[in-house]
Amino acid sequence: MSSPRNTMSCAEFQAQLPDLIASGENVLDHPHMQSCELCRALYAELEVIAQAARELLSAVEPPDELWENIESAIKGDNGSTHNR
Amino acid sequence: MPRPTSPAQPPDPAAAAKRTTVSAVPETPAPAGRPAYSSAASPDPVEAEALARAQAGDHQAFAQLYAIHKRRIYSLCLRMVGNIAEAEDLTQEAFLQLHRKIATFRGDSAFSTWLHRLAINVVLMQLRKKGLSLISLDEAMEPTPEEGPGRSFGAPDLTLAGAIDRLALERAVADLPAGYRLIFILHDVEGFEHNEIASMLDCSIGNSKSQLHKARLKLRDALRKHLPQEAQP
Repeated sequence: MSSPRNTMSCAEFQAQLPDLIASGENVLDHPHMQSCELCRALYAELEVIAQAARELLSAVEPPDELWENIESAIKGDNGSTHNR
Repeated sequence: MPRPTSPAQPPDPAAAAKRTTVSAVPETPAPAGRPAYSSAASPDPVEAEALARAQAGDHQAFAQLYAIHKRRIYSLCLRMVGNIAEAEDLTQEAFLQLHRKIATFRGDSAFSTWLHRLAINVVLMQLRKKGLSLISLDEAMEPTPEEGPGRSFGAPDLTLAGAIDRLALERAVADLPAGYRLIFILHDVEGFEHNEIASMLDCSIGNSKSQLHKARLKLRDALRKHLPQEAQP
């Protein structure tokens, strides 16, 4: 049986954390978070990482010649199909 | 960027391939005479139009689809293999396969999800060929209780805030096991939802959530190790 939300251990809370985060619920409103400094710190750092991923890891532009290579491969593909 | 490494070769490449390659993209041709996909397949009318024309064989429209998606697909390939030349080859192969299969796209999922699923298959095939990261990818899709709740997570501090730079994060992501890396990239970098990732990887939504959480925990540990001395707790 699961513990009531306000008497959870850190382990029990962290087991629910992925679902809580993904649900869009305000994790900081959870009773365990209001009483546990360690879990607040953990959550804050995971949020920092997710935010850093969004801000720092932008999409990279492939080189222009890649499209030329793809076009050539498509032409080769079409040629081999027609030659069968 | 360092290449990902793996501790061991898979004991059975064929079995590993079966486990790590997501289901093949459906190849059933759409009936002629009507659009092959629902309007939900692409919320962007420009993309939807290009998609319809590309499915009818219009090469310019296919080029337009490439222009729309090239950065995301190339970035995914690059971050998964950590090598520019290889990422270019994989991107080329993904779009070549897209060209072969585009007429079979029926809009059961968003086009972007479908294309990413196709690209992920190409990447996983390549990882399998190299014998790299297969074990870790499999492991990442299985529960790993030792990394679950109750693990020690250090002192209550916020030293990561403001202390993460792009290179450190790129390095830490590159060092993640392949399965964690893939889910982290798809969710936190690419912005896909868990239901879309579950569909791409043939795993449960719960599994996707759990693996993302573990990926962030691993990144946190890795980033904390490389904090400047003054930022250490």
